[in-house]
Amino acid sequence: METLGGLILFILGYFTIASIAAVSTLGLNICWGVTGLFNIGIAGFYAVGAYTSAILTAEPSVPSNPHLGGYELPIPVGWAAAMVLSAAIAWVVGKICLRLRADYLAIATIGIAEIIRITFRNWGGLAGGSYGIHHIPKPFESLPQPWAEVGFLLVVVAVVAVCYWVIERGINSPWGRVMRAIRENETAAAAAGKDVERMRLQAFVYGSALMGLAGALSAHYLKQFLPEDTEPLTATFLIWVMLIAGGSGNNKGAILGAFVVWGLWTMSEFMTDLLSAEWATRAAYIRVFLIGLLLQVVLQFFSRGIIPEKPPVIPRGEANAGKVEAG
Amino acid sequence: MIEFFNDYIVSALVLGSIYALGAIGISMIYAILRFAHFAHGDFLTLGAYLALEQIYLLGIHPVFAIPLAMVLTAIIAVGIDKAFYRPFRKSRPIIMVIASFGVALMLRACFQLFWGVDDFYYWGIQPPMEMFEPFLIGAKHLYIAGAVIILISATHYLLAYTRTGKAMRAMSDDPDLARVTGIPTERVVVWTWIVGASLAAAAGVLLGMDTRVKFDMGWNLLLPMFAAAILGGLGRPYGAIAGGMVIGGLEEISTLVIPGDYKSAVAFGVMVLVLIFRPQGIFKGRVL
Repeated sequence: METLGGLILFILGYFTIASIAAVSTLGLNICWGVTGLFNIGIAGFYAVGAYTSAILTAEPSVPSNPHLGGYELPIPVGWAAAMVLSAAIAWVVGKICLRLRADYLAIATIGIAEIIRITFRNWGGLAGGSYGIHHIPKPFESLPQPWAEVGFLLVVVAVVAVCYWVIERGINSPWGRVMRAIRENETAAAAAGKDVERMRLQAFVYGSALMGLAGALSAHYLKQFLPEDTEPLTATFLIWVMLIAGGSGNNKGAILGAFVVWGLWTMSEFMTDLLSAEWATRAAYIRVFLIGLLLQVVLQFFSRGIIPEKPPVIPRGEANAGKVEAG
Repeated sequence: MIEFFNDYIVSALVLGSIYALGAIGISMIYAILRFAHFAHGDFLTLGAYLALEQIYLLGIHPVFAIPLAMVLTAIIAVGIDKAFYRPFRKSRPIIMVIASFGVALMLRACFQLFWGVDDFYYWGIQPPMEMFEPFLIGAKHLYIAGAVIILISATHYLLAYTRTGKAMRAMSDDPDLARVTGIPTERVVVWTWIVGASLAAAAGVLLGMDTRVKFDMGWNLLLPMFAAAILGGLGRPYGAIAGGMVIGGLEEISTLVIPGDYKSAVAFGVMVLVLIFRPQGIFKGRVL
């Protein structure tokens, strides 16, 4: 009976984390999949979201390790603030770097992500430094197990569903078609009278807000948030593998990629845990190596992903306008 | 004043020359292959570990471990290029950036697998301070300075006086023009990897002599090296050297006013300012 309960909790945990990752992956899909913006600072926006929500909603910090926070605001306020603050930082970064070529954005986003992580890790008065933030409230945590986990999972699934619905509508609207046009041929989009810089900034800000939301969700899921939780390997790199393997440009692909890659990642962890202690640590590195190799294989041989992007459906009445936008 | 020299100028010069050696490769790869190579920092780490093995196995001084580390790293870099970057030569450059991000991760996983996560120190490089009264300069710093001078002179000779070097500069100036004038582009690409990776490996060994050897030592230097390459102007090897010295100097001197933990923010700040006000860099490099 005990193992069955453990198995149920394990499965619930898998679905919860994969769903949180799906929020990030959807955010990256707006940036990279649809608009072609190379954002590799996911970990930074994720950290901003997580710490913002944690500071606003957690219990007051212990006197031995004082830091900002303890406002005990309602959880939705924390999530909203997480999205707003991540979006604000993305706006500043985007304003500076989006007019330059994609590689500069890559360097700038990874740089800003590192600085954000260094700040959270070293500035104890802001967010507890290496001690992190504890006693973050979790929705439905007063229910008995496994119902508390089920309740949280339902909240996360609802968030994913809302994000999916909103983005799906967005990318099938004229807005989404302009984004794809910019990705495919920037000059043509500009020639067709589209404000390329403003549209790219929008995509970058919306995508980063979702990454912040994913951070907030995981802070409330874990109930405590430490600097290690913003490790770029999982917070940035795995999200990229998920999107590319799932099919960049396609929201269903983004969500499926999150579940498949997180499934592979947890299953391989399961297997390495069966090995002896010394080999288990080594096998963890082999696991990272294999994820890197998976990315290379997907890029070289299945670059369109599991569910490839579909060309946008243009309603009849708009057919002519659509042609102009597609450049 | 003398204290300032001992505490800041020496370390600024050492750090600056390590950045310079790394940034030359980043700058040339950016200009010739048109992509930001995110695994370059890990070439530094690779060189440092390859030297570590030689030092432990043969008991030689770290400086003499540099040549073989350079050769091996260059061979591995050419192999990585063949396996992971060449398939994307004709596609959008950003795909190569993603691929290099993956390569960086794979290399770091290999370092952790083979050498673990602990710090290593090279043997025989922590002797007492060398005195040039009243200046205090470590013996290791003299070795580093000597190695840097030799490496930069060799790079200068290669770029300025050999056919290969001239072809490399031509290609970094204008790849299309280079192709129509009959320069064998794939061979130039191979040479770019050889030069870039071997200088990175040497920088890694020098960094290992100065501090320690660890699996993420090179990855952490990626941002300042990019900043140096952009500051100097992409595709301008001499610009990259100047950029490296400037970034290294600013980082070290910044510790006078801000905590050392935030050093990498300085490189980032300089890079952002360059991108806003002079994206072509000091030496009029390419704006990509």
